[in-house]
Amino acid sequence: MARSESIRRSLRFFTANSGKVRYWCLKKAVDPSKVFTISTSDKCTINSIRCFSRSVSISSSNSSITATADHANFDFFRQEHTELRNTLKKIIVKDINPFVDEWEAEGQFPAHSVFKKLGEAGLLGITRPQEYGGLGLDYTYTLAFLEELGTIKCGGIPMAISVHTDMATPALANFGSEELKKEFLVPSIAGDRVACLGVSEVEGGSDVASIKTKAVRDGDDLIINGGKMWITNGCQADWMCLLANTREGPSHKNKSLICIPMKTPGVHISKKINKIGMHSSDTAQIFFEDVRVPVRNIIGEEGMGFMYQMLQFQEERLAGSIIVLPCLEQAITDTLEYCKQRKAFGYPIIYNQVIHFRLAELQTEVEALRSLVYRAIGKLLSGENVTLLASMAKLKAGRLAREVTDTCMQYWGGLGYTSDVLISRMFRDMRLLSIGGGTDEIMLSIICKHMGTLPPQILTKQAQNVK
Amino acid sequence: MAMRVLVGCKRVIDYAVKIRVKPDKTGVVTEGVKHSLNPFDEIAVEEAVRLKEKKLASEVIAVSCGPPPCQETLRTALAMGVDRGIHVEIGGKDYETLQPIHVSKILAKLAQEEKVDLIILGKQAIDDDANQTAQMTAAVLDWPQGVFASKIEKMDGTLKIQREVDGGVEYVEAKLPAVISSDLRLNEPRYATLPNIMKAKKKQIAKKSISDLGVDITPRVEVLTVEDPPVREAGAKVESVEELLTKLKDLGRI
Repeated sequence: MARSESIRRSLRFFTANSGKVRYWCLKKAVDPSKVFTISTSDKCTINSIRCFSRSVSISSSNSSITATADHANFDFFRQEHTELRNTLKKIIVKDINPFVDEWEAEGQFPAHSVFKKLGEAGLLGITRPQEYGGLGLDYTYTLAFLEELGTIKCGGIPMAISVHTDMATPALANFGSEELKKEFLVPSIAGDRVACLGVSEVEGGSDVASIKTKAVRDGDDLIINGGKMWITNGCQADWMCLLANTREGPSHKNKSLICIPMKTPGVHISKKINKIGMHSSDTAQIFFEDVRVPVRNIIGEEGMGFMYQMLQFQEERLAGSIIVLPCLEQAITDTLEYCKQRKAFGYPIIYNQVIHFRLAELQTEVEALRSLVYRAIGKLLSGENVTLLASMAKLKAGRLAREVTDTCMQYWGGLGYTSDVLISRMFRDMRLLSIGGGTDEIMLSIICKHMGTLPPQILTKQAQNVK
Repeated sequence: MAMRVLVGCKRVIDYAVKIRVKPDKTGVVTEGVKHSLNPFDEIAVEEAVRLKEKKLASEVIAVSCGPPPCQETLRTALAMGVDRGIHVEIGGKDYETLQPIHVSKILAKLAQEEKVDLIILGKQAIDDDANQTAQMTAAVLDWPQGVFASKIEKMDGTLKIQREVDGGVEYVEAKLPAVISSDLRLNEPRYATLPNIMKAKKKQIAKKSISDLGVDITPRVEVLTVEDPPVREAGAKVESVEELLTKLKDLGRI
């Protein structure tokens, strides 16, 4: 097979989210390290995905085979998608929404029982290979799943669920060894074990390359020291997909993703972090003190952790952008209904042009965001790299979530500022979208890299990191 | 001996949808409105699937009468565990005037064709709330009926049915073959799991037309007008029992 063809295919496997095929390719056909060294001229590795896509686009232009955009018209949903949504809706209406207020007040939702219900319904491994309990379906089903998750009456639980399904597990599913997948992926898909993702640290979240947590080899074991911050599901998780430095060297090539059982001696959940929103989701700070795990717990190849994480981020960012769509629609609809009922100066306040126009404007913005998100998904489905569109979607989703919830809350007046109405929770919860999973500013810098507008000194510094 | 079970699956406007009467008052707006499987039929499906899981039923067949989207309704039942579906295609004017009397004849015909031992139907559909089809089907077939069942137990060749009636619970025993209609408390329907949703795609749905079945569906009733129910007037609070009695007397109710 020609090298260009192999690269082109591997890109499709990286991004197409067809776990089974992707797994096959990565195991049999493509050495991931080679894939990532195709463009050594540009050493910045956030960019390596971009370079990767650039090389690929060049190579594919030489090839007669081009990725087919089956989903070009964005008509993603069939009856099975509707059925999936109906099933999830039933779980949400019966087992989640009635308890959200209680869980918000308690500062934690029972992840194990909720995940078990979702796992039993087959909803936690939608795109994962069937041999691990998944369904091997394409991303459109994940889209339907995430959109329906957005109807949960808070931001915390959808976030916790999507951390488990789309943020902590993609790398394991795509690159993990058979043994590791049996141990961690299978029970996660079944809903028996809760996953969390350990990337951010006290001194660095956005700057992923500069994390300090170390995993030092000792015989067949790794000894881990360091700490992680802002860990969603951290208090309840059974295992963590941890990013740690496993060797010296360039900061984009010295890291590995490691599966850590949270019961391992030396894993300390130091505190549950109090937040302004996302109350039903537990967020932890975690320390590692001489935590010993076998070397075989490394996902894929040692040293590839940063790359895997960058890929994993794409699914995370898309997931965040999808979940927010129904939330914002709900916020607008609720506000509209309220403004129809609320009278001031003798007539319903919705009669004020400033309000009905503004809500129409916001509705339009949400539709525009949906189009962007769907376009990214269309590309993902046809095997293209979606870093740019996913980053743009995440940026726009974060910005728009702030705008919509803030505007809507304004029209609710004093009532909107109370804890009795959903809009205040949405205002608090949705604010996180601009911060978590890569801040707006990180999204902007990724976009700038694509546009070639980052100042040279930043690029130089990043290039040095690689050396 | 394991039974062959037929279940009815009516496609109705989803319970969460606010019903709107058409401006010309000939019916309610159905276009672009979310439809789903009648909740009482969902209970019937669940009961049939449970019978199958207990090995008391050998095959469960779902029937839906109506326009092509009824196949979606059947898929819902198939995803819950029904073995195969029969779609009796009825569209346009015929469907608008389709009444329980017609459906019961269709069901009776299919029950004979499929040699079923038990028909389970929802006690009523949430659109017209007619509560007639099960009773009529039993009459057409001249089979025993156990309607509003809240518990079903299979004995040898008979069914013991617990029914919720005014003022208590009644137990009836019916010889097979029989017709049952499900009450709300018969069971709590499962939700289809994603693997079963995907499997349902591969299950068979046979299409039949009215002429295949030779059932007469000429309308027996004519819809003159469909109106919104009157808007409920606000109630009033009373301070005491005496005041309540006085008010009721004034209204001539007691």
